[in-house]
Amino acid sequence: MKAATSPFEFCAASSLTRISGMKASSLDEFLESMRHCSDATIFNHTFQSLEEHHYLTEGFSNDFAQWALSGCNEPKLAERMASLDIRQYPRISDLRADLVRILEEHLAGSPGSAARVAFAPFHFCEAVTIAVPTSWKASTLQEFCEALRHVSIHTIHYHFVTARLREPLSENDFSYWFKHGLGLKELSDRVDRIDIYANTLEGVRQHILQEASAWMPA
Amino acid sequence: MDARVVSPNSVSATKGATLGDYFSIVGHSEVDEIHSLAGKLTAKTVKMVNSTAVGGGVAEILNCLVPLMEEVGLKCEWSVMTGGNDFFEVTKAFHNALHGAPYDPPQRAFDIFLANTEQNLQHLQFDSDFVVIHDPQPAGMIKARRPGSQKWIWRCHIDVSHPNDHVWNFLMHFVPRYDAVLISSPSFSRPLPAPQYIFYPCIDPLSQKNQELGAEFIRDTLQRFAIDPKRPIITQISRFDRLKDPVGVIQAYKLVRKYLDCQLVLAGGGAADDPEGGQVLQEAREAAGNDPDVHILELPPWSALEINALQRASTIIVQKSLREGFGLTVTEALWKKKPVVASAVGGIPLQIVHKFTGLLTHSIEGTAYQIRFLLANPAIAAKLASNGHEHVRENFLMTRNLKRYLLLLLTLGQ
Repeated sequence: MKAATSPFEFCAASSLTRISGMKASSLDEFLESMRHCSDATIFNHTFQSLEEHHYLTEGFSNDFAQWALSGCNEPKLAERMASLDIRQYPRISDLRADLVRILEEHLAGSPGSAARVAFAPFHFCEAVTIAVPTSWKASTLQEFCEALRHVSIHTIHYHFVTARLREPLSENDFSYWFKHGLGLKELSDRVDRIDIYANTLEGVRQHILQEASAWMPA
Repeated sequence: MDARVVSPNSVSATKGATLGDYFSIVGHSEVDEIHSLAGKLTAKTVKMVNSTAVGGGVAEILNCLVPLMEEVGLKCEWSVMTGGNDFFEVTKAFHNALHGAPYDPPQRAFDIFLANTEQNLQHLQFDSDFVVIHDPQPAGMIKARRPGSQKWIWRCHIDVSHPNDHVWNFLMHFVPRYDAVLISSPSFSRPLPAPQYIFYPCIDPLSQKNQELGAEFIRDTLQRFAIDPKRPIITQISRFDRLKDPVGVIQAYKLVRKYLDCQLVLAGGGAADDPEGGQVLQEAREAAGNDPDVHILELPPWSALEINALQRASTIIVQKSLREGFGLTVTEALWKKKPVVASAVGGIPLQIVHKFTGLLTHSIEGTAYQIRFLLANPAIAAKLASNGHEHVRENFLMTRNLKRYLLLLLTLGQ
C-alpha cells in the first residue's frame, strides 16, 4: 500500500463562545449587526453551530436561520438562510455578503417586518477556537481509516468542514491528502461530495470509511 | 460524596470519579482531547474560590471539577471564604437583588461585605497562575491581584441581566478588574470591559441524580409512591415555588386528561423550610382536588436517587416555569432521553431547540397541547428525546465544563 511522504496529522479543535456584545431585537437590527459583526461571529453561528448540532440530520442549518424562524416567525427568510451551504464559502466575507443580501432582499419585499420586535433577541457571539494535535497520524490509507475510526467528531468537523476556510481554500483536508499525499484523486473527489447537511458528522465518518474501503487491498 | 473542609479556608474535594469513568459516556476521543489540551497547561496552578464547601450547585460542580483538573496535570486548589451570619445575610440579599428584586441596601451592608472581604484576604493566598472567583460573595478578592501575568476570572452563576442598580454599582468596584467574566447565557450579559464567555451549567452523569438505575429500583420507587407504571406519567421536578407554576402544570394536565389517560407527578422540596413553599404546596393540593392520578410528592433534600427514578419512569417531563435560571432539571431530563415540554424562559431555550430537542411553550394551553401531541406521537417524542440527549452530551456535561476551563486558560494564557 502506498505511503504518503507527509503523514496526515489529525488535530482536535474545540471552541469557547465569547459574547460580542451585539444583539438584535428586530430584523433591521439583525441586518445592521450582520454587516458589522466580526468574522469570528459569522463563523460561530454557521460553521460552529453546525458542529454543535452535529447529531441532527434535517432542518437545522445555522443559528441565523433558526432565529429567523423561531424568533421572528419568518419561514421564507429562514428557509433561504438555511439553504446556504457553508462549504461553498472559502472566505467568511463571501458568506457574510450572501447573508446580508438575503436579508436585504427579504426586507425590501417585506418592509413591514423590519422593525417588528422579535419574540427573543439574537445575541451575536464569537467562536474562540483552539486546535491541538492528537496522537493519531497516518501515512497509508489503512492507517488513515484506523485513525478516523477513533478520532472525535470535533476532529472530523475541523478537517472536513472548517478546513475549507484555511489554505488551500475550498478543499477539505482529507480530500487534499488523498489527492496530493496518496495520489487517489477519485477518492478525493468522492469524499469531497459527501453532504454534511444530509448526514450527521458520525455519518460523514462512516461515509468516508465506506468510500476508502474501495481503495483498500482485499 | 461531599467535600471535606481541611482548614478554615481550604477544601479537599472527595469526588471519586476519574476521567476514565467517563469513557463510556463521552467516548475515548473526547477524553483524549481533554488530555491534549491539558498537556499545554501542565503544572499551571489554578485557585478556585467560592463561599461554601457543601450544598448548592457551585460546590457540587467544584467537588467534581477540581479533582478532574488535578488528574489532567494542573495544580488546582479550592478555597472557601468564611464569614459570619451577618455576612451571609448580606450576600443573600445581594443575590436576590442581582436577580432583580427591589432592595435598598443600607451602608452597613456594604461595610459588612468589605470587612469580610478584608478578613478573608488575611488568610487566603493568591499566588496561582489563574484565580477563578465564583459568584458575588468573594468578588472583592480581586484586591489581592498581583502585578504580572496572573489571570483573574469571575464566574457569575446568576442572571445579572436586570440587576438592582445599588448592588450592581457596588460590585462594579471589583468586576471590571477581572480578565474574563464567565456567564451561563448570552442573555445574562452586561456591558463590561472584560471579555465575557459562555459557560453553561452542567450535570455530572455519574452523580446519584443522573446515574443509570436498575429497573427494579425504578419499579420500587413507583410502587412506593403508588404510581401506575403501565400508564403514561407526566412529571415536573421542582421545588414548590410559584415561579415553577405547579398549579399551571395541574391545569395543563387537566386539559390533557380530556383526551388522553395519564398521571401527573409533581415532585420536589422547598416546602418544609420555606413558608411560601408550604403555601404553594397547599395551593397545588387544592388544584389537584381528589384526583388519584395527581401525585404531589414533597421530597427531602437527600432524594437524588428517587428523583432520578421518577424522571426515568416518566413518559414526558414538563418544566412550566414562569421564570428560570438555567433549568438544570431540563438538562437532567434530556440526559435521561426523555421528551421535554418546557417554557421558553431563562436558560431553557439554550437546551430546548424547539422541535429539535424538545418543545417550547408559552401558556398552559400550549403546554397541554404539546403534551397531547407527544403522547399521541411517540416516535416524534423519541426522536426529540434522542436529540436532546446528544445536545446535553455535547454541551452540558461535566467533561465539557472541564474542557471549557482548559480552553479558557489556554486563551487567557496566550
